[in-house]
Amino acid sequence: MALEKPYLDVPGTIIFDAEQSRKGYWLNQFCVSLMKADNRARFKANERAYLDEWPMSEEQKQAVLARDLNWCMRTGGNIYFLARIGATDGKSFQQMAGSMTGMSEDEYRAMMVAGGRSAEGNRYLGEDGDAQPQHQPQGHAGRDAQAKGH
Amino acid sequence: MARITASVYTSHVPAIGAAMDLGKTHEPYWQPMFAGYDFSRQWLRENTPDVILMVYNDHATAFSLDMIPTFALGTAAEYQVADEGWGPRPVPKVIGHPELASHIAQSVIQQDFDLTIVNKMDVDHGLTVPLSLMCGEKDPVKDAWPCPVIPLAVNVVQYPVPSGMRCLNLGRAIRKAIESYDEDLKVQIWGTGGMSHQLQGARAGLINKAWDNRFLDLLIENPVGLAEIPHIEYVREAGSEGIELVMWLIARGAMADVDQARPLPKVVHRFYHVPASNTAVGHLIMENPVQRLLDKRYQL
Repeated sequence: MALEKPYLDVPGTIIFDAEQSRKGYWLNQFCVSLMKADNRARFKANERAYLDEWPMSEEQKQAVLARDLNWCMRTGGNIYFLARIGATDGKSFQQMAGSMTGMSEDEYRAMMVAGGRSAEGNRYLGEDGDAQPQHQPQGHAGRDAQAKGH
Repeated sequence: MARITASVYTSHVPAIGAAMDLGKTHEPYWQPMFAGYDFSRQWLRENTPDVILMVYNDHATAFSLDMIPTFALGTAAEYQVADEGWGPRPVPKVIGHPELASHIAQSVIQQDFDLTIVNKMDVDHGLTVPLSLMCGEKDPVKDAWPCPVIPLAVNVVQYPVPSGMRCLNLGRAIRKAIESYDEDLKVQIWGTGGMSHQLQGARAGLINKAWDNRFLDLLIENPVGLAEIPHIEYVREAGSEGIELVMWLIARGAMADVDQARPLPKVVHRFYHVPASNTAVGHLIMENPVQRLLDKRYQL
């Protein structure tokens, strides 16, 4: 019998369950290694060489090199683990979270100061909120992409 | 007999710790949030317990994917402050209470909760930020936290995390454990994490003030009803990391009224603020009625 997973229809959200954890095991363990200052220094000195010490998939390595956190998550990364990469780069949680929306740092910060993102239209896939797939990327980047498309 | 005198609930956002460590608390962005804790710091100075049992979650710090314990109780003499990637926070190390912690572990396991017992771990912002919020700035060497702390780390990183009801019932078991400890100790139980926040994906930045405030209302008035809310509602309404709020039910379950015909705890402080970085900050302090004094009065 299949496991109960009632969380697959939440837009813009990947729940880190046992299956994701299995997929992302080495990616996340690589992230854990960045809690040591020596390892952070070695990673920064030669990212590719440091990544090659880990039995991660090539896609996971590319996602890390690109600092594309959404891509990292699709390959099994979890944000609490991925935060070690951001910390190594000197980034805050707000900068990391914002980077996954397509918004600029200022746009994302302004959204939070104004009270954050509304849950309206963002509870289920198929609604029309700003986190739905049809509205990505968000902010100026999204408006530019839309202008080019039309 | 040891007893639970009060419970404290607070968010534990890492940026709050950073704001304190970097001296930014008076900046316009942070000032209103820290003002919400002025009362709490005074209250804690006047009501310093002998021990704090701190319910929090480890953020892939002490527990990587090597081991994922659902409930991990710290029985160590002391805990070092973790390097989470930015370097360790400049705050005092945390002194444990191995005697009471071991007693709680034995009692709670005998009440059918399969705790993991931890004798060595570093503690991350999930545990140190609530201490900083409630105690103010502390020098890492010259100062100390006001009392020993027993860490109870709850897995809310990898699904499935424990249900609300499981958390409430663990709180009840912890209260029984503490009340069966012979030494006359005043214990506070703190539940931390939340409130609404999502740190991932296109939905990052989600905040739900209405849901958060309903959570606070129910936590005070109807914790058993609140404990029945399934995980998926937390995720949809309060964001994927809003699930941390289940930990507040452990602290609430340890209050006297949940098992006994007692009045609701007295809410001495309630605060809510948006934002701290990506997160809504919620905070409550509840006191148990001083029942032993009442009991004594009736015996006389």
